[in-house]
Amino acid sequence: MSDLALRPERVAAEPVFVVSRSRRPASWAGVLGIVLVVLLAVMPYVVYQSLTSTLVNFFILVTIATMWNALAGYAGLVSVGQQAYIGVGAYAVLIAAQHGIEPFVAIFIAVGVSVVLAYPVSFLVLRLAGAYFAVATWVLAVVAYLLVLRYPSLGGGTGAPLPGLGNIGATLLGAYTYWAALAVAVLAIVAVYLLLRSRLGLVLTAVRDNEVGARSIGSRVTGAKRMVYMLAAGGCAGAGAMIAISQLNVQPGNVFNVQWTAYMIFAVLIGGLGTIEGPIVGSIVFIVLQQTLAQYNAWYLIILGAVAMAIAIWARRGLWGTLVSKVPIHLFPVGYYVHAEPGVTERRGLARLLFGPARRAKRHPTAPTPSGPTPSGR
Amino acid sequence: MTILNDIIQGILLGGLFALFACGLSLMFGVMDVINLAHGDVAVAGVYLAVVLIPASHIPALWIFVLVVPAFMIGGYLVQRYLLQPSLDSGAITTLLVTFGLSIVLENVLLEVFTANSYSLNVGSLVSSSWQVSSQISVPYLDLVILGVAIVVLVALQLFLVRTRTGRLVRAVADDREAAELVGANYRHLFAVAAALAFGTVAFAGLALGAYTQVSPTAGPTYLLYGFEAVVIGGLGSLWGTLAGGLVLGVATTLGSQVDPNLGSMLPHLVFLFVLAVRPRGFFPKRAVT
Repeated sequence: MSDLALRPERVAAEPVFVVSRSRRPASWAGVLGIVLVVLLAVMPYVVYQSLTSTLVNFFILVTIATMWNALAGYAGLVSVGQQAYIGVGAYAVLIAAQHGIEPFVAIFIAVGVSVVLAYPVSFLVLRLAGAYFAVATWVLAVVAYLLVLRYPSLGGGTGAPLPGLGNIGATLLGAYTYWAALAVAVLAIVAVYLLLRSRLGLVLTAVRDNEVGARSIGSRVTGAKRMVYMLAAGGCAGAGAMIAISQLNVQPGNVFNVQWTAYMIFAVLIGGLGTIEGPIVGSIVFIVLQQTLAQYNAWYLIILGAVAMAIAIWARRGLWGTLVSKVPIHLFPVGYYVHAEPGVTERRGLARLLFGPARRAKRHPTAPTPSGPTPSGR
Repeated sequence: MTILNDIIQGILLGGLFALFACGLSLMFGVMDVINLAHGDVAVAGVYLAVVLIPASHIPALWIFVLVVPAFMIGGYLVQRYLLQPSLDSGAITTLLVTFGLSIVLENVLLEVFTANSYSLNVGSLVSSSWQVSSQISVPYLDLVILGVAIVVLVALQLFLVRTRTGRLVRAVADDREAAELVGANYRHLFAVAAALAFGTVAFAGLALGAYTQVSPTAGPTYLLYGFEAVVIGGLGSLWGTLAGGLVLGVATTLGSQVDPNLGSMLPHLVFLFVLAVRPRGFFPKRAVT
């Protein structure tokens, strides 16, 4: 006689609904991530400097793409003016270095200045939506660029070399730059990850899915947007500081160039808007194509732009989103899953007090199949 | 007296800005699309003219008879096959797609024509001017550009008010579903509006090419001026757009009196100020009239 016939009440028992961050254990992704970061961190010891300087550009791209994704993918803010904060970050490092502060220390100053600056600016731009927001941010970037030109001590239109790093040897400087860029990129990703796992993250996910709905249930949407706007300002300033340090030169036409925003938008769209993994995947595609087509000038950008446009219209999820829709893997579990655990039943009475509410039964072929997981966020 | 001269020069320059703005205003008013590639499309017009003038032996002043129709056809196709699908796919998609178009267009122009700047030689019109008094002189070219801007605005207005197609365009702008119920094909009408917008931006590009040197990266600057004129004037109001353009032009020339940097910055500051105090502009209208 089978187990089922003897104790039918077990099958009839209510399945336990479990709320978890992901459908299956995601800690392996965390371990993998740490291993990957450690592997990347030892790169300067094992590879040539040409590769590490390419990777510095990759880290800068990952940083700004992650920030733009937080803005557009979650807060619904399509900014075309993030180069304003890249420029602010680069010039903050330059000014600090001109006053004798170590440029690597000045990265923190750059991020701080940018976040503080973004706070009052957010009151002007967050009243605007859609195209108004996009163009207003762009205009602010142009104004910041024109303001910098007015100061001869910053080198005007030609820019200025970054002082304070001359006494470090080229190899060591390359390695320091690499580690700093890696740290900025990792911190940017971790910051967005933690933000999305917080209460604010729930609001942002709701805004991404339906802003009107989120507002109507009383979410503090504007406050959440302000947080993201300031975070993105800080992150882009960190990237700008890294641009200044890696190029040892700050040129206003470079750091305030709208091309930076094009880079971040293309990387995010190709990788997948509204996922943490998307900007990283998109940045890999971007850098690989850039390196492959290096001898054909800007054609890589034209190809990436065309692909990004096509993806924006016809394949909104991007590479990562399409992959996830086929194979549910979440390297960064930020959502919640409500699912019935197969074979888990509720304990009652004394057993519940002693062993907890859920009881995992032996696997049984006729056990009721649970309903599929309900993703409440990606 | 120099102040008066500056204001007159500013008004004339405002004609150019208004020419950039009216296409943006039309597309924003009809289908709620801000074409972030607007400035780059204008720049592409200059380069098309640079190619067509030696090939067709048409003088630069009259090259618009080829460029404007070509751009109208291009605008119809761009709306039909690029912007309409993005409109269907979501609110922020059109912004992303037009921004992508802007970057792609700019870099294609850079690859094909290098970073060299070009201008259109419209002959004696550039050098000669009308000496009003000892201090005030009005270049004929600026006067022609302001005239073109006004003619284009009047023509747009007449088209939208007097013709059957124009009335249908206004109908889909006001209430798309209702217009569809009475048989209007909104996709076609959106594309007609885009064709008109691209036609006006071709004029704007040619005017810019006659006015100054144009490089492939000049587009975004004029997109911003155009958008600022639209916002200052109030969305969807073509005459407000002209007024917005004139305000920006006067801000440019007055700022330039202090230094050239301020001349570039002052219109942006005026725009940001308007955005802070009157986000809907000074002559807001609900629909295109």
